[in-house]
Formats: sequence, structure tokens, C-alpha cells
Amino acid sequence: MRRLLYLLPLVICIGIGLFFYRGLDLNPRELPSALINKPAPEFELPKLPGRDVQQENDGLARTDLTTGKPVIVNVWASWCIPCVAEHPLVDRLAKREGVTVHGINYRDKPDAAAAWLKRHGDPYDKIGKDESGRTSIDWGVYGVPETYVVDGNGVILYRHAGALSPEILENFILPLVKDAG
Amino acid sequence: MIAEIGHFALIAAFLLAGLQSTVPLYGAHKGDRGMMELARSTAVGQFVLVLLAFAALVNAFVTSDFSVLNVAQNSHSLKPMLYKISGTWGNHEGSLLLWALILSLFGAMVACFGRNLPPSLRARTLAIQGMIALGFLAFMLFTSNPFDRILAPPPDGAGLNPLLQDPGLAFHPPFLYFGYVGLSISFSFAVAALIEGKVDAAWARWVRPWTLAAWCGLTVGIGLGSWWAYYELGWGGFWFWDPVENASFMPWLAATALLHSAIVVEKRDALKSWTILLAIVAFSLSLLGTFLVRSGVLTSVHAFATDPERGVFILGLLGVAIGGSLTLFAIRAPKLQASGVFQPISREGALLLNNLFLSAAAATVLLGTLYPLFLDVLDAGKVSVGPPFFNATFGPLMAPVLTAMVIGPFLSWKRADLRHAMQKVWLGVAAGVGAIVLTLILSGVEGVLPAVGVGAAVWIIAGTLLELAERVKLFRVPLGETWRRARRTPRAAYGMTVAHLGVGLVVAGVLGATVFKTESIQSMKPGDAAIVAGYTFTLDRVERIQGPNYLAERGVFRISEGGKEIATVNAERRNYPVENEMTTEAGIHTTWVEDLYAVIGEGAPGGGWTTRLYHNPLVPWIWLGTIIMSLGGVISLTDRRLRIGAPTRRRAAVGGAAPAPAE
Amino acid sequence: MLRLFAGLLLALSLLANPAAAVLPDEVLDDPVLESRARDLSLELRCLVCQNQSIDDSNAELARDLRLLVRERLIAGDTDEEAMAYIRARYGDFVLLRPPVQKSTYLLWYGPIGIVVIGIVIVFVTSRRRRAMAATTATAPLSEAERTRLDAALAREDADGDKS
Repeated sequence: MRRLLYLLPLVICIGIGLFFYRGLDLNPRELPSALINKPAPEFELPKLPGRDVQQENDGLARTDLTTGKPVIVNVWASWCIPCVAEHPLVDRLAKREGVTVHGINYRDKPDAAAAWLKRHGDPYDKIGKDESGRTSIDWGVYGVPETYVVDGNGVILYRHAGALSPEILENFILPLVKDAG
Repeated sequence: MIAEIGHFALIAAFLLAGLQSTVPLYGAHKGDRGMMELARSTAVGQFVLVLLAFAALVNAFVTSDFSVLNVAQNSHSLKPMLYKISGTWGNHEGSLLLWALILSLFGAMVACFGRNLPPSLRARTLAIQGMIALGFLAFMLFTSNPFDRILAPPPDGAGLNPLLQDPGLAFHPPFLYFGYVGLSISFSFAVAALIEGKVDAAWARWVRPWTLAAWCGLTVGIGLGSWWAYYELGWGGFWFWDPVENASFMPWLAATALLHSAIVVEKRDALKSWTILLAIVAFSLSLLGTFLVRSGVLTSVHAFATDPERGVFILGLLGVAIGGSLTLFAIRAPKLQASGVFQPISREGALLLNNLFLSAAAATVLLGTLYPLFLDVLDAGKVSVGPPFFNATFGPLMAPVLTAMVIGPFLSWKRADLRHAMQKVWLGVAAGVGAIVLTLILSGVEGVLPAVGVGAAVWIIAGTLLELAERVKLFRVPLGETWRRARRTPRAAYGMTVAHLGVGLVVAGVLGATVFKTESIQSMKPGDAAIVAGYTFTLDRVERIQGPNYLAERGVFRISEGGKEIATVNAERRNYPVENEMTTEAGIHTTWVEDLYAVIGEGAPGGGWTTRLYHNPLVPWIWLGTIIMSLGGVISLTDRRLRIGAPTRRRAAVGGAAPAPAE
Repeated sequence: MLRLFAGLLLALSLLANPAAAVLPDEVLDDPVLESRARDLSLELRCLVCQNQSIDDSNAELARDLRLLVRERLIAGDTDEEAMAYIRARYGDFVLLRPPVQKSTYLLWYGPIGIVVIGIVIVFVTSRRRRAMAATTATAPLSEAERTRLDAALAREDADGDKS
């Protein structure tokens, strides 16, 4: 019995060591969304003026997320450098994969945002302008860029924080969209 | 060329450490004196070589040799000389070299000054020390070489993080490392004792000075870091329970418990297993800290280059060192025979209580620090464990310690009369209670806890002084007799008094800085004034100035009280163009009992500047307290008995009293 | 590694400017509400910083959340309701004081548990030691030995006061 007591420190340390070993692969700053499998928040955002776009451009609201078809919501800003890096992938989602991609323009100046779209391309369907950032807070946004997969009933299925990558597209986003569609 | 010399010195040190780790152990096993003595020469040799390497790196920084990668990444020609030097250890590779330096320094010190140690113990201790050094030197040589060259040296370096370009922070690592790397020698002593299979009063007496020296360094190091955070980060905060801060605090808690526990081993031949375990745990916590800072496993404001590959190496190092020592503990410790029996109410009992709660506090801090990782690995969600948790748990755990630390010295060994002891210290209790009542009545602060805190501080200070007074029988015998007693009182007793007083000051200071401070936030234009706790801060002017490697906006504040001007302070916002970073420098006017603290923020388009003004009562006592604590430790170190060796038991004839070891 | 890089990029207002945070225009007129807001801010994590509360950080998101907290308090929320509002959006991670729930029982009850375990260990080992000491007791003392013992003990008590 006494022997076991003396073994305790060693056992505890081995345990902690195993946790560390696993922990080396994790990212302590990565924050999972609190809204997974919950309905998207109620919101109505005004349109972004100056878009070079033929279709109706009257902002983004929750009703756009309950059309029955899954959509992607991409949070971006003109002052955000990784957004430039991921933009070709947003483009790919919208044009090649045929998924509807809406945008939320986060805490931006409207003319800078419009100019950015002209320069890098505008693959978005509707864009909501969130200058105060309050709607984004309701979404649990903590930085840009972020990308959400929302099913046809307005339920958030997935959130990726940070720039998109082909792996994220192929392993997470596209499968979810297909399943929900 | 010099960098290569440094590199070769490291390789040579590595080889020497290899010898130091193996031959003396075998020699101790065989009883071969020559092999055992090899430990001493290799330890000294290792130190000299690592010192050479360190000097080479310092030289590279001082001469701004940008062909050395480390210098190019972390230095700049415009940096002031002090920060060129301190930049040596302000980065991952350089700080590892500092680790190795202190490791080898303690080994060399034991080799040179541990003359009265039994040869086998010394040989084994130095061998273990050598093993640790081997690990760190290997880590450097294989993954983090400070002497790597760049083939195309840049014209100038990337600069040093401006937050680190500061006198307080320049000296914080050396003291801190002296402390928690110094605990390695206690670890080595403990493991050596386990190998020998013997822990006795002599061992405890030998371990104590080294642990004490490390503890003093650690206390000052933590104090410096905290002081730096207070004046640099711009809102008067000084402790954030950040993982890396915790990583230095846990070894401190364990080392404090170790120091006190070793007393019981020495005096009463009890608490052996616990003391050995504490020695192992204290240094293990230091190693853990190294891992946390460098692996990226936890978020922290302090983290060095976070690199999971290096993390695996350190984890391996930890596994061998901690796993190995604890395995040895599990096997050998049960055989350690203790002979001292004691009652719960006794000095041993008080020290045991102290140990229990200090260890629990260290374990709690560890639990809180690692819990987010724990849950994340188990996929059980992501939580934050921040200051609210630590503040809620640490305080209550310290309460018994702060109580026992005053009463304990009044208790006699083996079994004590608590009532008798309380009679001697009733004045301290009265003072504490009086302070609580006065605080509740006089201060404007709500709540019982602040008053209790004040009471605790007063209790500690009063009680500690009372113990000294009791020892010299102040006012109970003629002054001449008191003086004689005072002169006969061993230094270690004074050390204890001074160190405990320091603790009281720290408690008082922490209270002042948190509960009793006053803050005022406003926008000011030149000429505006604001009143904080009876002091008037007037923003005299805002000017632009140029420093050696920065541009700054400086707000000059004049502080007056009751119409009389008492000070002028400068608060700055600095921009370091090379590193493209900004820092704030608070303008602080310090008296012995309070700080008046001014911060200037951004200028608003309308013309005013954001200013934050603080009155922080008793804050200087935090830093003063840590220095005094450390001073107490140093005073104890000068006690001659620590150098003489273990006391021999004198056989007393029945009827004649053997003088009890006077402490 | 890539994830780390992306994470770094994501956190755009990192520790670049470690100045203290609350700005004059955020300070509410009602001192009670303002004091509540400050206390709540100290309990909320700045999500784009390394280990700071929103009260301490001057990141933009921290300011947004500070303003949001004040808005909720003005709207009449209690402290718990305001915290729940933020928690609903960002999850448990935003709370610097971990909530007491199944996954954190070990954390919150751990400290007292450790103390209790420690006391138990002390009791068990001291009882064993006392038992060992008792079994090594020798024959009962004679009268003369008892007198000597009492005298020695009395002396030890007197000395004990000194040491």
C-alpha cells in the first residue's frame, strides 16, 4: 500500500507527459465556434455600395440563409492580408464548385471594400456591410477572415477561422455542403 | 572566428559533461576515489568552457556581428550597449546558453566549495548535474545552436523587442535563471541521496545553502519581472497568472517548502521522503517551465519562439530527468527510515502544515495552468483559466501558511503547548484584529476581505517582530542581557525574521496595489488637471522627443498635493521604427509608501490626449518586500554553521544539560 | 505549422501596443454601472491577444466587447445576463473564470481535494510511524529512571522555549 503512494508522483508525471505529447499538435489559440449546430443569429445588414454587380444588391439578412440550399458565409475586410491570400479559394467555391457564397464586410470603409473587390474579384452573391462589427460579434467572429457553412435551414454547420486552404475546402467545407444540399 | 571558438567550447563542454555523468557514478559505486574526484575537475572544466562560449556570444552581440544568425535576428547596431549585452539572453538560443552556464556554475561551486561533503555524495551529485547539463548542451548543439552563421550577413539586425530594452528586464533573466536553474543542484543532491540510500541530518545541512542561494535568486528574479510589468505595461498590473509567470512561481513555492522541510530533516530526522520529493519536484517544475515557454503548448505573453519540434526534444529531456528521478524515488524512498516522531502541535507540525499548503498551492497553480490543455487534448471543450480562478484559490490556500509562519517559531520541537505559544504572541493577534477593525471603519473600501488582508499583513509583521523580541527577552531582562542574547542569536534566526518580515511587506503591498488603488481615466489637454486620491495631476505639456532608437511623445505631468507641488513625471509613448513596435513608459513618482503613476495614451483628433492616472498605495512594498525576503535568505547563508557541517551529537551526562542546538 | 502561421495572421491586433485599455469615451457616466462594467471586463478574455482580459487590452475587438458589455448593462442586464450574452456568442473560452460544470469539477474541487489527500497521507504515515515507535518500546521504567526522565523532560521544556 505504501509502495503505491510512492509511485503516485511518477504516475502523475507520466500522465502529464502524455498530455503534453498530444498537446504539441494542438493550437491553444484556436477557438471553436459556439454556434455550431445552432441557428445563425437574426440579423439584417445593409448593402455594400459600389459593387460592380448585375444581380440584386440589397445587403444580407438571415432570410438569405433559409432558402433551403446550403450557403457559405465569408467574413472579410479590405485591410486584411490573409483575405487576399484566401480569395482565390473563395472564388473557386463560388464559380467552380457552384456554391452560393455570401460575404460580410467586417469593420471596413465602403469605398475601400468596393475597390478591393474590383481589384481581387467579386465572387460573392450578397454582401452585408458590418461597419460597426456588431453583427459579426453575434456570429462569434473574433478575427478575419472567417468562413461559415450554413445549411438550408439557417443552421451553422461549420466555422473555419483563418485563411482557407485547399485541404479545408476538400476535407470539410465541400463535403458538408454536399451532404446538406 | 570567435563564434566558432564558442561553438567548439560548447562541443567540448558536451564531451566533458559526458565524462562527468558517467565515470564518477561508476567510481562511487566501486569506491574508487580517483574516479570520484574526476567529477570535480570535469565540473570546473565544463564551467570554464561554457563560460567561454557565453563570452563568445556576448562578444558577437556587443560587436554587432551580424554574420551570426542569432545576432542578426535579435540585435541592431543602434541599440544601447546595455541592451546589446542583455540581448544575448533575450532570445531562445541565448537563454539556453544561460541555462547551461548556470547549470555548470552550480556544479563548479559544489566542486570547489563542497569540501566537507563525503566524496561519494559529491561525486554522485556532480554526476547527476552533469547529466542535466548533457541534456541541455545536446539540445543546443542539435536544435538551437546560438553560433549558427548566415552566409549572407545583413547590413543590420532585426532588432530586439522594445519591451525587452529595459534595465529591469535586462537583469530579470540572470536572477531568475540563477534561481530556478540553481534548483538543479538540490535535485542532484536528492537523486544522489536516493542512489546512496541515505538521507540524514548531514545531507539536509549540505543541501540547504545551495537551495537557499537559488531561492534568493529566484525571489529577486520574480520580483524584478513583476516590477517590470508594473512600470512598463502601463496599467499598474504586476501579476497576471500568465503560464510563464506561473512557471517561475511554482518552483518558488516548491523551493520555499523545500527549505522549510529540510530544517525538519536536519533537526529532527523526519519528513525525509517529503523533502526529497520536494527537491525533485522543484527542479522538475523549472524544467516544466522551460518546456512551456518554448513549445507553443500554451498561450502566453512571454513565449519564445514556439516550435513543436523543439518541444518534443524538451519533452524527451523532461521524461528522462523527471521520469528517471521519480522512478528512483518510488523504488528507494520507501527504504528511508525516519526516526523523529512528533506531535501534531509542535514546530515540526507547523512546518509540515506549511509544507502541505505550499505544495497544495503549487499543485493548484499547476492544475490551473495545465487544465486548458488537459481538456483540449481530451476533446472536452476549450476553457480559459485566468486570474479569477487563481485569485479565488491561491489566497485561501496561503491563509494557513501565513498563520503558521508566525506561530511556528514560537512552538517547541516534538511537542508544544499551543496555549503557551499563543500567550506569547497575543499582541500580534491583537494587532491583526485591530488592523481589521480599523480598516473596516476608516477605509472607504467595501467588503471584509480587504480588511482581513490588512490584518494578515499586520499579524505577520507584528508576530515576526514579537518572536525576535521573545528570543532576546526584550524588556523582560536588562538591555545588556538582551544585547548579549541578540549577539548569540544565530544568523539563520535573523535570516528567518527578515525573510518573514519581507513576506508581510509583500502581502501589504499586494493589497495596496489591488484593493486600495485609485484610478482615473480622462482626456486632457495641456493645462488640464485631474484629482486622484487628493493629488492633483496637471498636464503641463506634450512634446516630441528623439531617443537613441525611438521617437516618443512625452507628456509632462506636475503633481501637487494641497497646492504644493511635489513632483514632475514624464509619461511617454515610444515608437521603435526598426522593430515597428510601440511601448508606453509610465511616469512614476515613488515614495516609500505609495506610487503616483501617470500614463499618456493616444492623442485624439480633437486635440486632447487620453491619460490614465493612478494612486497606488503601498505598492513599493511589493518590490521592497521581495528584496527583503531575499536579504533574509542571504543573511541565513552567512550563518557559519552551514559551512561547518552537521553538528555532532554530544553525549550529555545525566543531570548535566547538553546545550540544545541553539535555533 | 501552417495552422500556427494562419493563427498568427488572424490575430491582427496582437501585442503591438501594450498600453492600458479603457478609453475616456467608453467610461459610463453612472459610476456604479461603470464599476460593474470594469469588473465584468476583467472576467472576459481578449480573444486576439495572448492572455489578457478585455479590460487590459487595446485591441479593437477588446474595445468592441467593452462597449458591448456597457450597452448590455445600460439595457438593464444583470451581471450574469451580460456575461451569458457574450458567452453565447463565443463559448466558454471567453470566460476567464472557468464555469463550474462537469468538465471543470476537477479544476474547482481539485485544490481542496489535494489538501484533503495530503492530510490523509500525513495521518496514515504518522500513524504508521507512531505504531513503529510504540513497538520498539522497551520494558517499563523503574522509579529512579522515571524521576530522571521527568527531570530531563522539565529541562527540555525550559530549553524548548529558547529554541
